[in-house]
Amino acid sequence: MFFQKDIETMSRKEMDAYQLERLRWTVDYCYRNVPFYTKRLDEAGVTPEKIKSVEDIKHIPITTKEDLRDNYPFGLFAQPLNKIERIHASSGTTGKPTVVGYTKADIDHWADCVARIVTAAGATSDDVVQISFGYGMFTGALGLHYGLEKIGAAVIPNSSGNTEKTLMYMRDFGTTALVATPSYALYMCETAKEQPFPMSDYNLKLGLFGSEGCTPEMRSEIEKGWGLFATDNYGMSELMGPGVSGECRERDGLHFNEDYFIPEIINSESCERLSEGETGELLVTTLCKEGIPLLRYRTRDITRLNYEPCRCGRTGVRMDKVKGRSDDMLKIRGVNVFPSQIESVIVGNEQIGGNYQLVVRREGFYDALEVKVELVDSSLLESYGAIEKLNKQLQHDLYTILGIRCKVSILEPKTLERFVGKAQRIVDLRD
Amino acid sequence: MAVKQISVFVENRAGRLADITGILADNKIDIRALSIADTTDYGILRLIVDNPDNAVSKLKKAGLTVSATEVLGVEVDDVPGGFARVVSVLSDKGISVEYAYAFITPELGSAYVILRVENNLTAEEVLSDAGIKLIEQNDIFKK
Repeated sequence: MFFQKDIETMSRKEMDAYQLERLRWTVDYCYRNVPFYTKRLDEAGVTPEKIKSVEDIKHIPITTKEDLRDNYPFGLFAQPLNKIERIHASSGTTGKPTVVGYTKADIDHWADCVARIVTAAGATSDDVVQISFGYGMFTGALGLHYGLEKIGAAVIPNSSGNTEKTLMYMRDFGTTALVATPSYALYMCETAKEQPFPMSDYNLKLGLFGSEGCTPEMRSEIEKGWGLFATDNYGMSELMGPGVSGECRERDGLHFNEDYFIPEIINSESCERLSEGETGELLVTTLCKEGIPLLRYRTRDITRLNYEPCRCGRTGVRMDKVKGRSDDMLKIRGVNVFPSQIESVIVGNEQIGGNYQLVVRREGFYDALEVKVELVDSSLLESYGAIEKLNKQLQHDLYTILGIRCKVSILEPKTLERFVGKAQRIVDLRD
Repeated sequence: MAVKQISVFVENRAGRLADITGILADNKIDIRALSIADTTDYGILRLIVDNPDNAVSKLKKAGLTVSATEVLGVEVDDVPGGFARVVSVLSDKGISVEYAYAFITPELGSAYVILRVENNLTAEEVLSDAGIKLIEQNDIFKK
């Protein structure tokens, strides 16, 4: 099934020509509307006229998350706020989130991108889809919501949390498709099995999973538990949200929406472009975005591109499932966590030392984060209450900055390993 | 009129208590009384020793989080109701005890109780007025 078959099955030649036209438009649009890009492009000597082929994209300077943060909140917007229809934000490393804005056209394009991906995954207007991503500043829930509405599915915006009620809706409404993080889908399954209702009360057939990685083992666990067909989709708020790429029924790579985004693979150390088929960091240039267009944005996600047409009939490029990150970002329960965020809390507290360690575990099917710190303030030894208060304070500060709850362990000084050079502060025990 | 108590932060790990008391033994520091309470992850070890200043410096040198504080020491009759009397004297005056631990000196045959209260001076006054004997660091190590 296709949502926009003409685009999804375009020949390479046609797509190249279309991308070139859109790339030149985007470069010109950025140059004229975003002072940051005017300066960047001038410095690099790049003008739209100099872009003669899609290959010439390599002359354009790279944009990073730091650039977005340096221009917080609206510095990279190409349109004034009266043209912006929606604002989203993702967590940032220093407490300041990355902010993105959408024009009316952007919202519509976004819905198209998602509509294609959910159609490729097998969703149709007959589906009753429950969205169990948290609604709010994150793009996941609303992105899928609009795309699924666009294909005519019945959308249940039930958000995350209150698993028992979610399960009740699933049984009573005959929900056929589920949008969630893989770990939440598994957690829901575990909860469902503990309840007095037989699994035959559920009617799930399709899983549209994203926002965090999913191993093949986890996927088969979800499929077995729910009896559904699980698909993976990819995106990030800076680029738009979900809908950048997604799996079809063949599940042999994620189909990229190439008329909206140009993907490239670079070596994350040298930033040199890698040749076709090599694994490296994904760079993405937006081709239609009006609110916040981005040129060669560093996603920090490690993957590989495959230009072979797919058995499903789609001709565009596919990306592999994300293999890792080129920075130290952790995905915990679908939330981006940077060690530097945690560090800012720890360094800001004089009762503990500056050394810390992060331990991530999978407890059942849930990610659990433990932050280990060292006690240095001996005045707290007067009472347990003082140490407990410090623990609660740290938990609160971390929750404020990360948006997820974590365990804080207070250790004796000098018990955490010391590092010469780059510190290895993360112990990821998941999988 | 006070006794110097040492508090040490101890993680709940096998061998930690042995490590810490080992440091004291190596430095010929005599422990007269100790108390340890714990939570799931850590505990606070409280000690009365013959040379608190030396103990603090040696434990700090070993990288531990250590503090020294003045606590009250009282002598109680080693008979039923001995300690109850001390506590009731304090509670009558609205002074609450944060924690306490007791030990006996075989040489003198009396029981000592270490008390941690909010304000040492007020408590001392109240106890003295009630005729309860307060002890000093030297009393503990008298032989």
